[in-house]
Amino acid sequence: MELLSIAVKSIFVENILLAYFLGMCSFLACSKKVDTAIGLGFAVIFVLAITLPANWAIHHFLLAPGALAWVPGIDLSGMDLSFLNFICFIATIASMVQLVEMILDKFFPKLYHALGIFLPLITVNCAILGGSLFMVEREYGFMESTVFGISSGVGWLLAIASMAAIRKKLRYSHLPAGLKGLGITMIMTGLMAMAFMCFSGINL
Amino acid sequence: MASAAKKLLMDPFSDNNPVTVQVLGICSALAVTVKVDTAIVMTLALTAVVSLSNLVISLLRNVIPSGIRMIVEMAVIATLVIIADQLLQAFLFDISKQLSVFVGLIITNCIVMGRAEAFALQNPPKDSLLDGIGNGLGYGIVLIAVAAIREVLGFGKLLGFPVLPESYMGNGLALLAPGAFIILGLLIWAQRTVTKMVEE
Repeated sequence: MELLSIAVKSIFVENILLAYFLGMCSFLACSKKVDTAIGLGFAVIFVLAITLPANWAIHHFLLAPGALAWVPGIDLSGMDLSFLNFICFIATIASMVQLVEMILDKFFPKLYHALGIFLPLITVNCAILGGSLFMVEREYGFMESTVFGISSGVGWLLAIASMAAIRKKLRYSHLPAGLKGLGITMIMTGLMAMAFMCFSGINL
Repeated sequence: MASAAKKLLMDPFSDNNPVTVQVLGICSALAVTVKVDTAIVMTLALTAVVSLSNLVISLLRNVIPSGIRMIVEMAVIATLVIIADQLLQAFLFDISKQLSVFVGLIITNCIVMGRAEAFALQNPPKDSLLDGIGNGLGYGIVLIAVAAIREVLGFGKLLGFPVLPESYMGNGLALLAPGAFIILGLLIWAQRTVTKMVEE
């Protein structure tokens, strides 16, 4: 039940893009076409679902204050390596993305070609690193982290897919010259964020 | 100052602004702008990281093998961000708590990576440093502008000092995510109307 509540919360109420502004760069750059938006969305779900549990394990068994207490022979329970979080997380993310790329290339070449350039770009998508950092800040357990990762990805997909659909319509509307492109996209995102705020207060 | 150096430093302020023209680093530009003081701290942290990473990468540009340049850049940037984060936690603990995960997210801030890739890899250290400072401050201008509007509309205060009469109720929307998106959208509109930039 608690897991379901985390899922609903991170898809709708605290959408990683619309409430925490994470992954805005690729959201703005890749929301011009619906197909690419959906492809990228699924890639993000996939990478979040893998990196969050992996980073949880790294944080929990290696870096958290006192985490090294399991090492036999030497007393390391006073060690606090949490300042290494950033660099370890980003390294995990980069290598996971690389791994996913190789696996897809070998076993699912069709999907690999469909995702194309987006896969490597996911490394610098702040939604992924942000997910890991939120997980540490909120002290999630293993299952909670996995659910949080997947549902954040789903929330992100929902936001980018609907934005791509809206932008398709926007192309036929008459806008002031200065508002075209980035300006109107930001305002539309604001309106979407407002709509998503209606979900707040839902508790399971 | 020589005109080339001045151009490097001043261009990112408006004509080539990282946030409103290059569309980089939007995430943190919105998240840390509820109050002006967090925006200023974030600007300083980002300017320090982007200028130093530009400097280091530019110094290393002839020895980095092109196949692994991304990883080298990531390592340099992540190290600088860790230093910035530790310094903030040591000296400005309250603000570092308010910035929460967004200090760490400087690593994936596209401005830092983008300037390293687009500028520092091809240019000498001095120019790269100036380019980094210019882009950091150009980002800061947008950040502080958005933060000032949000703080005045939301709390009726600026940097914690009341600027609107007591009877002002405070507009909660400006403090929430939608307000940030809309204010930045309007700012971009205003800036593009002045500079006559049109996007197709």
